Amino acid sequence: MKRFTFFISFLFIFCTSILWSGGNLLLKNGTILTVTKGVIARGDILIIDGLIKQIGENITPPSGVRIIDITGKYVIPGIIDSHTHIALDGTNETGKVITSEVRMRDVLNADDTSIFTALSGGVTTVHTLHGSANPIGGQNITLKLKWGKKAEEMIFHEAWPTLKFALGENVTQANRQLSPGEERRYPASRMGVVAIIRRELERAKNYMAQWDRYNELKRMKILNRPLLAPRKDLQLEALADLLRGKLVARCHSYRADETIEFIELSHEFGFRIACFEHIPEAYKITKELVAERIGISVFMDSWAYKMEAAEGIATMPAYCTQQGVLVSLNSDSNERIRRLFNDAAKAIKYGGLSEDEALKLITLNPAIQLGVDKWVGSIEVGKHADLAVFNEHPLSAYTRCDLTIIEGEVYFDREAYLKEREAAQKVNPKPKTTGGNQ
Amino acid sequence: MRSQRKWLLFYLLTLLIFFCPLKAEETIVITNVKIIPIVGNDVEKGTIVIRGERIEEIGSNISIPSKAKIIDAQGLIAYPGMIDGYSQLGLSEISSIQATIDYRETGRLNPQVLATEALRPDSMHIPITRSNGITAALVAPSGGLISGRSGLIHLYGWTPPEMIVKSPIALHLELPAARGGFRRTANQPAEGTRLLDEVKTLFDQARLYEKRKLAASKNKLILLPEFDEKLEALLPVIHGELPLMISVHSANDIRAAIKFVQEQKVKAIFYGVSQGWMVAKEIAQAGIPVVFASLHQLPPSWEDGYDALYRNPGVLSKAGVKIAFSSSSASLAKELPYHAAKAVAFGLDKREALKAVTLYPAQIFGVDNLMGSLEKGKLANIVLAEGDLLELRTVIRHVFIKGQEIDLSSAYTEYLEKYKKRLEKK
Repeated sequence: MKRFTFFISFLFIFCTSILWSGGNLLLKNGTILTVTKGVIARGDILIIDGLIKQIGENITPPSGVRIIDITGKYVIPGIIDSHTHIALDGTNETGKVITSEVRMRDVLNADDTSIFTALSGGVTTVHTLHGSANPIGGQNITLKLKWGKKAEEMIFHEAWPTLKFALGENVTQANRQLSPGEERRYPASRMGVVAIIRRELERAKNYMAQWDRYNELKRMKILNRPLLAPRKDLQLEALADLLRGKLVARCHSYRADETIEFIELSHEFGFRIACFEHIPEAYKITKELVAERIGISVFMDSWAYKMEAAEGIATMPAYCTQQGVLVSLNSDSNERIRRLFNDAAKAIKYGGLSEDEALKLITLNPAIQLGVDKWVGSIEVGKHADLAVFNEHPLSAYTRCDLTIIEGEVYFDREAYLKEREAAQKVNPKPKTTGGNQ
Repeated sequence: MRSQRKWLLFYLLTLLIFFCPLKAEETIVITNVKIIPIVGNDVEKGTIVIRGERIEEIGSNISIPSKAKIIDAQGLIAYPGMIDGYSQLGLSEISSIQATIDYRETGRLNPQVLATEALRPDSMHIPITRSNGITAALVAPSGGLISGRSGLIHLYGWTPPEMIVKSPIALHLELPAARGGFRRTANQPAEGTRLLDEVKTLFDQARLYEKRKLAASKNKLILLPEFDEKLEALLPVIHGELPLMISVHSANDIRAAIKFVQEQKVKAIFYGVSQGWMVAKEIAQAGIPVVFASLHQLPPSWEDGYDALYRNPGVLSKAGVKIAFSSSSASLAKELPYHAAKAVAFGLDKREALKAVTLYPAQIFGVDNLMGSLEKGKLANIVLAEGDLLELRTVIRHVFIKGQEIDLSSAYTEYLEKYKKRLEKK
């Protein structure tokens, strides 16, 4: 019973600690790192209706606006993780090789504790994707991490709809142990991966032509009997949308060569690649990435976990940035997601980015890659008030996130959290130890 | 006979030629440097004299010997090289490729294996790690219940013997970690007591085995027991000579492990200890030092709070536990200083954090006579940094291991240089 009350009281933390501001808030006396418009050493941010209304000194708020004093602290734009798999009830549809009909918005889980973990690290927006088990995976979605709200309310509708592609070892299942007698799934090599993607895109073209012909005949009204419509195929519909430009590709790739092959495919079929995911070998093909204007969403220094990640070096994100590639840092993990600001700082050490460039890796650049830079990614008047407040400079190793704000509402407040935890411990004063005979 | 003498002369001459340069030990002098020696007071502007492998002089007002190589370290800070309290350096290259993994033996009971006997000096992870200021690391086996024995290595050397500082350092015992991670219904393992009972039985067997050996050595009529490699490896542990490094996580298991250590009268080091903050006083009273696993993990259960692993080191340190940090990794061993800094953000004293990556691991592994601080007579494991050693943005300028200045290039720089050439105009 004690365990139960403890548990319940802990759950309450996140309901009671939040004083809903109604999207009207004044942050006072913080150091503001706007990312696009320099640093304001001591300033205020006025938020009205969830939007940044005014940035400056000694702002007098209208009555009824909640004021939070952040003297001595630092504000940055809310962190954006352009590659995660959080807030989902499933990641990979492994039943088939091609699963473009699968939609992540159908499996959103607003109750995933990873949302809170991410908020505790200043993350406000995530692009949550289908996994990398299939050459053509599912349709991804961009969310605002409004912890406590319904899944539908978290969707960032303005973001580009994206379709997941994947290349390399995960798709070929190169690292998978087969059970005795089991045959490898096709495709089992990089040749097969390109071939199967080409086959599906050809099928999609065929499918579009079929519908075009049907629509044409219907318009012409030549036949005086009812026309039989082509069979609707949700898998090919998604690929047709890709070819029509309604969906953009996000492609998981590791090796430089396979990445080039995928760019060739995009030329062959005329679809748009928004971003390459992971791509540890990006430094080998900066020329192509710049020419094609394709961004990359990468790990800062996670490497050598697979053969294709054996040349993924921490000097890459800074170098690619300096060569003109649009780089963002992602977590791809419900743990790393809470320390992306630490990763950004490493790009200063390994390659010499400026502080603004380093912060852009986790704010403005992923926003551009998701098509939402008009609304988020920097602290500017008119943008969504998605902000993260740190006790020390966010690029210091000694820093800690204290507040995370989305559209003027506080979704993570460390101080309130600690108070609630203390209160919860009073309910059950004995330290709770797990284990034993459960 | 004559020809033999000729050969002998030849050998002696060859030896002389080989060892001559070694005898004239090189002297390196670091001047104008801020020194944070860890033991003793900081020196704002000082000098460090390195002769051969050791620190000959350190402090202010030190006369510079003639014929020395001088490094003007104006604007740099000298720290002792960091020590990683637990890693797989040299034992793992690419984690998904089994052929490159040598830290995990098959089966549950492997006290006979010694990690340093699988050490690969050429590992690509070593240059990256040392160029971030880490000069020594515990290389540890894992897996099963008794994983094997670890050793402490320098992150420089062409062969395993050149790298090994001390081996074995400890015998590794692993109690299972929590499954599931930061979930509301996390299941903590409860096998701790049962597994420790199993180890107890094994220790009793070893004691019996030793008795039989002793009896047989005294009386030729008694048969020698058949050689048992596993029990042999346990003997130094039950004698209290070789520490037992227990990988232990939940509060209940920690309590059980303390009881086990006290009953068995073994020397112990705890590793992991993710719920240590719940039983900090008990660990401190037992006098068992703690090496933390990577802080880049989620807490075992939701109820522990999101920051449980981050504040754990601060709580244990304040309770009086001797603490050290570790990377628990090979490919990300360079992250060691950032685990310590993260703990500072959540309550650990800054100086204690620095000690927990230098002096304390040296003391825990019994090598503080050699390393862990910048003191006269200790090995010259020195890092010259542009700023705070634990800061993410700090660039490391020079690293010395056993007095040898280390080339700071690594895969990070080499691969990039190779592909920079592609863009050069011809």
